[in-house]
Amino acid sequence: MSKVLVVTSGKGGVGKTTTTAALGAALAQNGQSVVLVDFDVGLRNLDLVMGAERRVVFDLINVIQGDANLAQALIKDKRVPSLSLLPASQTRDKDALTSEGVAKVIAELRKKFDWVICDSPAGIERGAQMAMYHADMAVIVTNPEVSSVRDSDRIIGMLDSTTEKAKNGEKLEKHLLLTRYDPQRASRGDMLGTDDVLEILSIPLLGIIPESGDVLRASNVGAPVTIAEPESAAARAYNDAARRLAGEKLEVTIPTERKGLFDWLFKRRVS
Amino acid sequence: MTFLSNIFKRRSSAPVARDRLQILLAHERISGGDGKDDLLAQLHREIMEVIKRHVAVDQDKVQIKLDRGAHCSTLEIDVEVPGLTDVKPGEKPAIQAAKPAPQAKKA
Repeated sequence: MSKVLVVTSGKGGVGKTTTTAALGAALAQNGQSVVLVDFDVGLRNLDLVMGAERRVVFDLINVIQGDANLAQALIKDKRVPSLSLLPASQTRDKDALTSEGVAKVIAELRKKFDWVICDSPAGIERGAQMAMYHADMAVIVTNPEVSSVRDSDRIIGMLDSTTEKAKNGEKLEKHLLLTRYDPQRASRGDMLGTDDVLEILSIPLLGIIPESGDVLRASNVGAPVTIAEPESAAARAYNDAARRLAGEKLEVTIPTERKGLFDWLFKRRVS
Repeated sequence: MTFLSNIFKRRSSAPVARDRLQILLAHERISGGDGKDDLLAQLHREIMEVIKRHVAVDQDKVQIKLDRGAHCSTLEIDVEVPGLTDVKPGEKPAIQAAKPAPQAKKA
């Protein structure tokens, strides 16, 4: 039973690509076969975050237009064998994403992988609509900040009205992933708390990813945070989120940094 | 002094953010976000149509104020009507249409 998952948010810069990479890697590390599909045509970045930027030969648009077949375009991850990437085109524009083409590619990917994770571009236009259209479930990435929450609300409305599932009268599973969360600022009352965001958006919570320097360090070296810094608070939060996606019932907590004196003295310098 | 008053007077900002969002989203959800007008926009358009039927209205002389609240919203349309004869010089002739439009809170 393969699942198509869209990672979306409306607003840019909230952590969609980071989340796609981290959740995908976590699922693959747990033994699932996973493909990450970048829908951000013209501004692709998933290849860079995954450290595969120098291995891109063909892309999603090439496959849609028949210039390459799927096997030629898929890039296998070197660290986790069951993880693959289908990059977006950097040179073409979004109009090249035809509905029929995307439908064909997604159908083919469904046959090959347990999880097809679509990294949506920011915004609500064609790229974002194509990324969400075939989804069985959605992860809505939200920062505890007013503009991000507003945009997420809009995206939730679109998921409920413009997707294939919605048109067939079926329910699309939606999950909220709260990223860049700072527990201290929230407890001081200067950041929207988890309860505030959940009350406003009223969809189930998949996880809370704490604001963490490890996320930036991981993208610097081109690896999902769950691979690059597996012991970090962010990686553990992503791992738990991935297990919840796969159906496990885990209580949502906010992981904190585990820091011994040794780590504190040496970790900064190493990276 | 400023330092002290900052410490004691400062209110946390998260509840303000939550309340603002709840009001805003209640309205945006009604309009559906798909280009459909919400009630206030529709009222505005129809009121203007009625006024235009009777007087020539200069678009620059129309002021529209909107205040969206949690329980009650107000739409204020201030139209300056030129050339009404029984008005003393210096007094601004105006038709004011203020329409309180109670809106249901988010279900």
